[in-house]
Amino acid sequence: MENIKIVLPDIPNLDKWDVYLANGGFEGAKKAFSKTPDEIIDIVKKSGLRGRGGAAFLTGLKWSFMPKTTDKPKYLCVNGDESEPGSFKDRQIFEYNPFQLIEGILITCYAIGANVAYLYIRGEYHKWIKLMQKALDEAYSHGYIGSRMKDTFGIDFSCDIYIHKGAGAYICGEESSLMNSIEGIRPYPRVKPPFPAQKGLWGNPTTINNVETITNVPVIINKGWEWYSSIGAQKHPGTLLFGVSGHVNKPGVYELPTGILLTDLIYNYAGGVPNNKKIKCVIPGGSSMPPLRGDKIEGVKMDAESLKEVGSAIGTGGVIVMDEDTNLVKVLARITKFYYHESCGQCTPCREGTGWMLKTLNRILRDEGTSEDLDLLISVANNIEGNTVCALGDAAAWPVKFMIDRFRDEFEKYVKRNVVIPVPNKVHSMRETAIPLEGIKK
Amino acid sequence: MSFKFTEENLARIEESKKKYPTSLAAIMDTIYIAQEQNKYISQEVMEEIANVLQVKPVDVLGVVHFYTMYYTKPMGKYHIQVCTNVSCMLRGAYEIWEQVKNKLGIDNMGVTQDGKFSLEEVECMGACGYAPMIAINEDYYENLTKEKVNQILDSLK
Ligand SMILES: Cc1cc2nc3c(=O)[nH]c(=O)nc-3n(C[C@H](O)[C@H](O)[C@H](O)COP(=O)(O)O)c2cc1C
Ligand code: SF4
Ligand code: FES
Repeated sequence: MENIKIVLPDIPNLDKWDVYLANGGFEGAKKAFSKTPDEIIDIVKKSGLRGRGGAAFLTGLKWSFMPKTTDKPKYLCVNGDESEPGSFKDRQIFEYNPFQLIEGILITCYAIGANVAYLYIRGEYHKWIKLMQKALDEAYSHGYIGSRMKDTFGIDFSCDIYIHKGAGAYICGEESSLMNSIEGIRPYPRVKPPFPAQKGLWGNPTTINNVETITNVPVIINKGWEWYSSIGAQKHPGTLLFGVSGHVNKPGVYELPTGILLTDLIYNYAGGVPNNKKIKCVIPGGSSMPPLRGDKIEGVKMDAESLKEVGSAIGTGGVIVMDEDTNLVKVLARITKFYYHESCGQCTPCREGTGWMLKTLNRILRDEGTSEDLDLLISVANNIEGNTVCALGDAAAWPVKFMIDRFRDEFEKYVKRNVVIPVPNKVHSMRETAIPLEGIKK
Repeated sequence: MSFKFTEENLARIEESKKKYPTSLAAIMDTIYIAQEQNKYISQEVMEEIANVLQVKPVDVLGVVHFYTMYYTKPMGKYHIQVCTNVSCMLRGAYEIWEQVKNKLGIDNMGVTQDGKFSLEEVECMGACGYAPMIAINEDYYENLTKEKVNQILDSLK
């Protein structure tokens, strides 16, 4: 069962047009175009496909929110911003299987009634943007995208796919920020509702899906929902691209069925921990997901439902492993510095709270912390969570709350109980006063 | 000495505009094109972008300042970006950072006197499994050691 590869099959040169076609390329699209859009949405719903961008939302259900009767243009945004620390999976798709992503985009656009798709790729991925553009040009030249689709597929439907290049801002991965970024305005996240399906790009109905999510679609259509839903975990079927990083012997991206044991992933696939050290901490799904204690990972399965049961989440499937010698205060400070740096500054709890948490963690690293600081950190995190326009606030709060809660002993070691230093509560602006991470730089 | 786009770049901007229903949406591509031509985004470059796209200069300003990949001062011929985020940090990114800093004698966002190098500490670059990593201009260098970084920097002319 471990050999099932849906998104990154073991076929050499699959990024070449002829190789892709020879291996069943665009069969899924042809099948899809012989059905009605509603039938496609129904198949994807029944397959149980869930989003790979972070929240594991049911893809077919999301598509069904798009209005059927509207004279407005509809859009698909494909999210390849990939900026969550610990996540580096979508770039493998751009590099090794770009045509399956293109095929998935065509099917998705057909299902939701969109004639234009924007593929948002982070600006730092210069190489992968070029590879993807080359693949798009090739598909255009063969008439598989754009106005000639009518001749190629014999259907009354056409779709254009454009790459939108980001310019270095994690927040643009958030769906409403991503839309503002495409529109060319300052990419502050929008207040929801209205949701993108009602009011998205330029006020029109829009669906946003992750690159990996969309790349699953052709195979689901081609092999059927029954086949797909039988793979992996029942409530979160299919395979996942697990990006394993940190203290493992063989870091990298592994495509495996959902529901695989975390220990199996780390020890059998990623080669275990260097020098046979013990694991202190694992973040299972990208830096914002609640971390797990190394002594509690036995039996933990890697799917949305199972991870929820152990108090974490699947996120992007970016597994970060830390060995017994890791200083978790430094790790938490570094993660918090990231969210402080990436906060767009629109809402006060996020803008101020992330800086406050970073200052407090830096103080603890300087050995000037008090035991009150730990509770202060949790309290600030609690005040951010749920009180902001977008989920970056939660993403900043969770590591702080759960790292301190689950590794209290480790943090206690740092804080001096006898000295109480008053909490600084200075208001600062975002960009000019960037706080250096003093403790980490030696 | 006001900034003007070359004919070729004006054509590229027109191409970009075709992707979108509004010309404002071509702003990010246009800023990149301007940065390629002028090396950085000055006040007059922003004004010319606004002029070419028929948008307000303040719209350009807001976008330029939001993103980290647009520079409002000239950077070096080789712009060295070192990721120090968590996955890289666990595999020695801060040692790489210190080493590059010392070797070039500049700090974050600094430029060497001869204008050859500039340095930036960056957030996760999506290369976490190949850590530690640096990027130089548009290229990624992964699975680095201190020795490899030295060799790479020394090889740059
Ligand atoms: C701060 C923030 C950053 C995000 N970054 C990404 C990203 O880089 N890629 C991505 O696919 N989703 C990202 N998301 C999730 C998207 O908002 C959205 O839920 C997702 O793209 C939907 O696709 P899916 O349903 O296929 O998972 C981010 C969310 C937040 C709050
Ligand atoms: S939560 Fe943070 S990143 Fe999200 S909109 Fe508010 S300030 Fe911006
Ligand atoms: S943490 Fe350095 S590339 Fe992701």
